[in-house]
Amino acid sequence: MSAVTSDRPSAGARLARLGRTLVSPRGAVFLLLIVLLIAIAVLNPSFAEPGQFIRFIQRVAPVAIVAIGQYFVIVGGEFDLSMGSVVTAQVVIAGNLIGQDEAKSLPVLLLMLAFGAFIGLVNGLIVTLLKVPSFIVTLGMMLALLGGTLYWTGGAATGNPADGFREIGRGGIRGIPVIDILPWSVVVLAAVLAAAIWFSKRPFGRTIIALGDNPTTARFSGTRNWWVKTSTFMISSLSATVAGVLLVGYAGVHPSVGRGYEFIAITAVVLGGVVLGGGRGWVVAAAAGAFALEALFTVLNFAGVPSTYRDAVQGAIIILAVAYSATTFRSRRRGRGIEASSDAPSQTSPDAATQTSPDAATQTSPAPAEERDAEASARPAPIPSTSRADNETKGGS
Amino acid sequence: MRRRYTVASAMVGALALLTMAGCTTDPNVAAPTEDAATEESVEWFDQELFDKQDAERDVVPEGPEGQPWLQHINAEMVDTSEFAAEGAKKACFANASISNPWRTTGWITMNQQLEVLQEAGVISEMETRDAQDSDDTQIADIDYFIEEGGCDVFIISPNSTAAMTPAVERACDTGKPVIVFDRGVQTDCPVTFIHPIGGFAWGIDTAEFLIDELDEGDKVVALRILPGVDVLEQRWAAAEKLFDEAGIEAVDYFTGADPAEIKKIISDELAKGDVQGIWMDAGDGAVAAIEAFEDAGVDYPVMTGEDEMSFLRKWKETGLTGLAPVYSNFQWRTPLLAVQKIFAGEEVPSEWVLPQSPITAEEVDEYLALNENMPDGHYAKFGGEDLPGYPQVWEDRIVP
Repeated sequence: MSAVTSDRPSAGARLARLGRTLVSPRGAVFLLLIVLLIAIAVLNPSFAEPGQFIRFIQRVAPVAIVAIGQYFVIVGGEFDLSMGSVVTAQVVIAGNLIGQDEAKSLPVLLLMLAFGAFIGLVNGLIVTLLKVPSFIVTLGMMLALLGGTLYWTGGAATGNPADGFREIGRGGIRGIPVIDILPWSVVVLAAVLAAAIWFSKRPFGRTIIALGDNPTTARFSGTRNWWVKTSTFMISSLSATVAGVLLVGYAGVHPSVGRGYEFIAITAVVLGGVVLGGGRGWVVAAAAGAFALEALFTVLNFAGVPSTYRDAVQGAIIILAVAYSATTFRSRRRGRGIEASSDAPSQTSPDAATQTSPDAATQTSPAPAEERDAEASARPAPIPSTSRADNETKGGS
Repeated sequence: MRRRYTVASAMVGALALLTMAGCTTDPNVAAPTEDAATEESVEWFDQELFDKQDAERDVVPEGPEGQPWLQHINAEMVDTSEFAAEGAKKACFANASISNPWRTTGWITMNQQLEVLQEAGVISEMETRDAQDSDDTQIADIDYFIEEGGCDVFIISPNSTAAMTPAVERACDTGKPVIVFDRGVQTDCPVTFIHPIGGFAWGIDTAEFLIDELDEGDKVVALRILPGVDVLEQRWAAAEKLFDEAGIEAVDYFTGADPAEIKKIISDELAKGDVQGIWMDAGDGAVAAIEAFEDAGVDYPVMTGEDEMSFLRKWKETGLTGLAPVYSNFQWRTPLLAVQKIFAGEEVPSEWVLPQSPITAEEVDEYLALNENMPDGHYAKFGGEDLPGYPQVWEDRIVP
C-alpha cells in the first residue's frame, strides 16, 4: 500500500527518506496502516492469507470511495456532510425501484447516478452562488435526504433488490488462483482510485487545490470558482452513489446503511494528512486513511475489546492519530519537524514530502509549498489566512 | 489558513459531538442496583424481575380469545369508575420516536385502531408529539400537553425510564388518566402500564433455544443494537447469564442495526474461528448476518432473530435452525383500547402484561402466509388483521 517509492539515489538515502516520509504527516497514515495490518496479522494469522485480505479490501471499498469523494471537497476548502445520507438514499432507491426485476437494474443505476449528480449540483450551487457555508448547506441536505427517505419508506425497507444487482457489491470474478475470488468492489475501487489520481493531476484537479489554498488568487488567475467548487460537490455525491451501489450489494437495504459515513470519510481524509480548510493533500493518502480506519475497527474486533468501551478506544486512537499528524505538520512549519534531518532543516522537509512521492509532487507544486513554509515561519499570519467569505463579501458590497 | 483550519476542525468536532450525543440520548435507563456491581451484565441483571418474567412465560393469559392485545397476565385490576364519562375525548400521545421499523409498524397499527375508536365516538382526536428519541423533547412535549393541550387522557411511550418519571408524575397530578406503554417509568401513578412480558423473558427464550441446539463450548456471537436501553439490556443480561451457566462462549457487539457493520463483525468472527450460533437482541439486520455465512462459504448457524419479515423470509429460504422471539408489536393498540375502557369505567390491569411468545419453526409458515405482501421491515405479530385498511396500509407503510 505504501506508494512512497523513489527510483533515485543510493539505497541508504532512499531508506532514510522513506523513514522520514513515514513519520511525516503525509506518510504517517501509511505507517499507521502498516502497523495496524501487522497487528491484525499477529492477532489472527489467517488474515494475511490473500483470500482473506482481498475480502478486507472488498469491505473497505465503499468507505474508501466515499473518502476519495470527500477528499476533493475538503481539498477545495469545503465540507460535504450529506455523503452518508446520499448513500442511504441511493440504497433505498435501489431497493425500492429495482425490486426483484433484474431488467430494471441498468435504468435504475442511471437514475441513481443522475440523482447523485443532481444532489451535488444543488449543494454546489447553493454554496457558490448563494454563498451559504457548505457546512450548513450539506447539513441541511443530509437532514432533507434522511427525512425524505424516512417518508418514502415509512421507516422500513421494502426489501433487497434483485440478486443480479447486488452481485456488484457481493460477488466477483471467481476461480482466480491464489485469491480465489476477485470481488467487483475491489475492481471498482481500483478504477475509482486510478481515475481520482489521474483527475487530480489534470489542470482541473490542480485548480481545485489552488482554490482551496487561496480562492482570491485562484479567481484572479482566471478560475471559474463557482464551477470548480460545484464540480467537487458533484464528484463527492457521485462517489457516494458508487459506494451506495456497492453497499446495497454487500449489506442490503436498510435505512441505517451509510449512517455516519460522512464522519468516517472526513476522519479518513484528515488521517490522510489532508488539511481541513483546503489547499493541501493527496488523494491516495485519503484512501489510505479509510483503510487505516477500517483496519482499526478490525483490530478491535480481533483483539476482542469489550463492546462497552470499544467506541472509546476507537475514538482515542483516532484523536491521537490526527493529533500526531497535526503536531508534526505544525512543527515542520517551524522547521523543527521530527522528520527533518539536522543538517538542512529548512530544506529537507518540503523536499522529503515532495520528492519521495512523485504523485504528491505533481499535485501540490513544490515551489509554492516551499514558499509557504518559509513564509509561515517568518510571519505568523500570512495573507491566505484572511478568510475567503470576508473577501467575497467585501468584493460584492 | 491556520485560522480556517482551526475553525473548521472545531466545527467538525462540535458536530461529531452533537451527533454522538444524539445517538446516545438514551443513557442509563433503569436505576442502578444499590450495590452497583463491577460487571456490566450484573448491573442490568435483576434476579427478582428475571424470576417474575420467567414464570410469566408459562402463564396462560386471561382475556378474549384471539385478541392478544386485550389479554393480560397475572393482572391486578384497578377500578376506574372515577374517570367514567360520556362523549368523545381528546387523547394526547407523547411518543418517544418512530425511528425504527418496530416503532413505525406499531405507530401505523395504532392509527388504524384510532380510526375505529373515532368512528365509535370514543376519541374525538389524538394529538401526537414525536420526541425523536430525545428525553428533553419528550419532557417538553408532556409539559405542553399538561399546560395547553386540552387533553382528557395522556398516553406516554417514554423515551427513557428515569428521565421521564417526573414528567409523568406531573401528568398524573392533573387528575386525568395517564397510560404508559412499552418502556416503563419509576412511579406507579399512571392508571395502567402496558407492556409485553419483557426483556428477561426474551433473553430466556432465546438463550434456552440456543443452549438446546448447541453443545457446550460452542461459540455464539451476540449482535446488539445499542447499549443503555433497559428493554434491550435485559434481553442480553438474561441471555448472557444463561450462556455462561451452560458453558457457551458468547461475545457481544453493538451494531446500530447497520447491516454493513453486522456483516463485518460476522466476517471477522468467522475469520477468527467457527461460529455455531447467532443471538440478536433485535432482528433488524438479521439477513446480513446470515449472508456473511453464505459469503464465507460455511454452514448456517443456529440463530435467533425477531419476528421481522426479512428474518422470517430468510429463515424459510435457507432452512436454518432458528427461532423468532417477539417483542409484541400489537401492544401499540392496547393504550387506545385502555382509553375506551377507562372512560367506560371498566376496570383495567394496573400493570398490563401482554402475552409475548416466540415464533417457532412450526409456526413460521403460517406467519409468512399471513403477511405475504408485507415489506421486509414489517413485524409478523403486529396484530392489526381486524383493523380497517388491512392489509394495504401496512403493505404501503403509510406513516401518518
